[in-house]
Amino acid sequence: MTYIVKPVNHHPNLEKNALGLTRRDYEGTISTLCAGCGHDSISAAVIEACYDLSLASDQIAKLSGIGCSSKSPSYFLNQAHGFNSVHGRMPSVATGANLGNQDLMYLGVSGDGDTAGIGIGQFMHAARRQLNITYIVENNGTYGLTKGQFSATNDQGSKSKYGEENVLAPIDLAAMAIQLGAGFVGRSFSGDKDQLVPLLKAAMKFKGFSLIDIISPCVTFNNHVGSTKSYDYIREHNESVSSLDFVPIEQEIKTSYNKGSKVEVPLHDGAILTLEKLSKKYNPLDKGLAVQSLNEAEKNGKVLTGLLYINPEVKDHAEILNISDTPLNEFSDKELCPGSDKLAKVNASLN
Amino acid sequence: MDTKYLFKRHNTYWVKVAVPKDLRKELGFDLRTSLHTHELSEAQKLREAVVEDFKSQIFAAKENLRQSNGKNPVKTFMPVTDTSDPQYYHKVVDCQYACPAHTPVPEYIRKISQNEYTEAYMINWESNVFPGILGRTCDRPCEPACRRTRTHEKPVAICRLKRVAADFKDDVSDLLPKAPKKCNGKKIALIGGGPASLTVARDLIVMGYECTLFEKDPQAGGLMRTNIPSFRLPEEVLDAEVDQILNMGLKTKFNSEITSLKDFLKEDFDAVFIGTGAPKGKDLNIEGRKDAEANIHIGIDFLTSIAFEHIDSIGKKVIVLGGGNTAMDCCRSSLRLGAEDVKVVVRSPFSQMKASEWEIEDAMEENIPILENHVPKKFIHESGRLTGMEFQKVEAVFDEKGNRSLVPTDEKPVILECDDVLVAIGQDNSFEWIERDIGLEFGEWDMPVVDPVTFQSTHPKVFFGGDAAWGPENIIWAAAHGHQAAISIHKFCQNEDINERPSPGTNLLSQKMGLHEWSYDNDISQAKRFLVPKADQDTALKSLKIEVEKGFDADLAMEEAQRCLNCDVQTVFSESLCIECDACVDICPTDCINFMFNAPENEVRQNTRIPALNIEQDLLVSKILPTKRTMFKDEDVCLHCGLCAERCPTGAWDMQTFLYEEAKVYS
Repeated sequence: MTYIVKPVNHHPNLEKNALGLTRRDYEGTISTLCAGCGHDSISAAVIEACYDLSLASDQIAKLSGIGCSSKSPSYFLNQAHGFNSVHGRMPSVATGANLGNQDLMYLGVSGDGDTAGIGIGQFMHAARRQLNITYIVENNGTYGLTKGQFSATNDQGSKSKYGEENVLAPIDLAAMAIQLGAGFVGRSFSGDKDQLVPLLKAAMKFKGFSLIDIISPCVTFNNHVGSTKSYDYIREHNESVSSLDFVPIEQEIKTSYNKGSKVEVPLHDGAILTLEKLSKKYNPLDKGLAVQSLNEAEKNGKVLTGLLYINPEVKDHAEILNISDTPLNEFSDKELCPGSDKLAKVNASLN
Repeated sequence: MDTKYLFKRHNTYWVKVAVPKDLRKELGFDLRTSLHTHELSEAQKLREAVVEDFKSQIFAAKENLRQSNGKNPVKTFMPVTDTSDPQYYHKVVDCQYACPAHTPVPEYIRKISQNEYTEAYMINWESNVFPGILGRTCDRPCEPACRRTRTHEKPVAICRLKRVAADFKDDVSDLLPKAPKKCNGKKIALIGGGPASLTVARDLIVMGYECTLFEKDPQAGGLMRTNIPSFRLPEEVLDAEVDQILNMGLKTKFNSEITSLKDFLKEDFDAVFIGTGAPKGKDLNIEGRKDAEANIHIGIDFLTSIAFEHIDSIGKKVIVLGGGNTAMDCCRSSLRLGAEDVKVVVRSPFSQMKASEWEIEDAMEENIPILENHVPKKFIHESGRLTGMEFQKVEAVFDEKGNRSLVPTDEKPVILECDDVLVAIGQDNSFEWIERDIGLEFGEWDMPVVDPVTFQSTHPKVFFGGDAAWGPENIIWAAAHGHQAAISIHKFCQNEDINERPSPGTNLLSQKMGLHEWSYDNDISQAKRFLVPKADQDTALKSLKIEVEKGFDADLAMEEAQRCLNCDVQTVFSESLCIECDACVDICPTDCINFMFNAPENEVRQNTRIPALNIEQDLLVSKILPTKRTMFKDEDVCLHCGLCAERCPTGAWDMQTFLYEEAKVYS
């Protein structure tokens, strides 16, 4: 909790993006999470990503469920739309919103309890349906709001703050999402913005379901020796599969890569994702290999991070279901209620 | 058959020169080219030039390699900041660092916001001896240094707040140090009764020295009395603060001008301090100066005469020559003596006038026109009476090096009518009374050679300070000099090495009171600099004695004090506690904090979140952290809001008040 008001003053040389906004313009209210919470770093990364992409806040909807993670949308993008839903039901709200208006960018913010616990069914179907959303899981492996019980993503053998060991196997949300057909699956660490920000930017530009499972240490209940979700543990066991460079359409690729390790993935709008593979064996376009690598990493006590899987061919739910491109709120009464003649025609066609 | 460097390919002769091993990466295995001929004799002729060309290519590549080897030594990384050096945190407190006397400004401003005016006054009095006087007249080197100028445009009205402390203080007589009952037997002479001498007296009397002040005027105060008009500095304020020192037991000899230092040194004094200022106003020897003498006055002499009430009137039309603070005082004094048409005429462009911005504003508020780019040519007089002045209009032209020259324009000379002229074009020292054969060396500009640290002259017994040391400055410099000279005189009298200077006193104290509780106000006020209420102009212009500025009242003072950013509450970083969670980086409103790999300073300054381009401001550099990164904090626009410490989960950041007290002879 912080009581000091963040001063409105910013650095006189703070740069502006294409919309003439500074990074500070994308902030929210001051965080009431514990000092040092990974979630705050993720909020900062979201701010950075939206600023870099010059997104207009009023074209973004922040959706969340319940939990520390789900509070965090208050702490970024003050001017964006938002909906703080029932526990675990954010995907339903996102689905409804998406059906009503495809023009907005949907940013789902959830946690390991909200997604892998109470909301796992909702999560799975959202992924399966290719809902067009950037789904962020702020994963700390613990129920921080209720004082540190193990969550469903907590690793077997990891110790709680009070010393007991977790006897249950964890749910790997990334592996699950890949298997369910999500087109964009990444994993990252709140303490590594160099990796997280490009990953977020790519996910935001991806059309379809994009999941980023972000390990976000809980400083109060899960940052001790013996925990597998602490700052120290993740830093020690982090194995990045790729380094990502997101290139919007209007920019040229400037970074130079070693030959052979570069993979270029064009996105729907023409932007290009450039991946530098850090491991020769890895290929983020290979679904089977991605799942296999995740399983192996788990066995070896490694945390695989980066863009784990991408399928640029995937169709989103709107395309699959052939939903109108025009948002519902832009239709007139006449279009929404075309009259009894049209109804009769529709009825007749059903015979 | 000589085929050196030649070989044949498809019947054509080629030249080939082998490349030394170390250059093969760049140039390849060899350099070769076709000579486009089948004839050996032809090829032999042609090859020389080609071989020469290849050899010079190889030589150049070799030279390049040699240089780049020399050029790429081990990178010089930024060293870890030594925060135990008192000057590191001192420099962060911009105002205090800029103040010659190093007054702990934020400390006293906090006292003011707690309504503890007496404490605020005493903090000032320790450092600069004349808070009430300086609160009205200081040149304020602290204000342009104020951090707010970098974050919010206008600085805190530090000088005005100093005055508040003086205006609202209780009786401080019991708080002032007293002379010990017994004198230590050493006698010190102080020549000149201005701020420098008075500061020396204050410091040395407390140490038990018997100090005697020699002053040519009937009262002490020096230029504070003679050159600063009462409407800026009321006599009561001046008297009160001068008397504080006189009453400590200073022996005074007024109306006693010293005319020979040689004779004076024969008297029984252990050391002599010379604080005689720069009392000689510069004259303007142009055509007509002698003939119109009666109505041409030297600015500072004119002000002195007003101070001692030797004059009480002036002509109706007055021209003041000069663009410094004395000129501003002269023109405003003239108005109050009854002049109806007062003009200030300056040689330079308006923007280059030497006077403080606020003094120019004050003069302009009293509707005094300032004519720029007018060079005085002659005094015009009729039958021995001054009637006007002639000026040449000029234009300031700057050469490539930035040197200014005033080039006359084609315009006709300007003639301005006047009854009196006040010449306020600068001041000089006057050391005719110091003989040049007494072992006291004089250097450039005919100024005594004075050590910049100890203030000792080449005559071991004689010390200088104030304007007498290095020419005209401001009162605050005189006070700073006085403190240092007192230390030297004490060490000299005790047979100690005067070059060994005492260290400043420092104290670093955490402001954390508990979870989310800090013992300082870290709210950043967005208020604009408050203006000082002024006396009604019609009334003010009728008298020399009515103070124009009324000073802040308690409410305004409180509001203005809130604008202080508390730069002395330092952001102290402890590497051993940091878990590199980035919370501080994310929350810092001005993006000061960076975690990155160490590199040479210019690289680091380019690569911070926002390039740290103000090289006058330091970077706080941590030891290397577990991820091999280093924390760099750019001190430039840190607001000292404490959010980094508030959001740090481990207390690696803490807000700690740094008190820096310049060493005094008695500390």
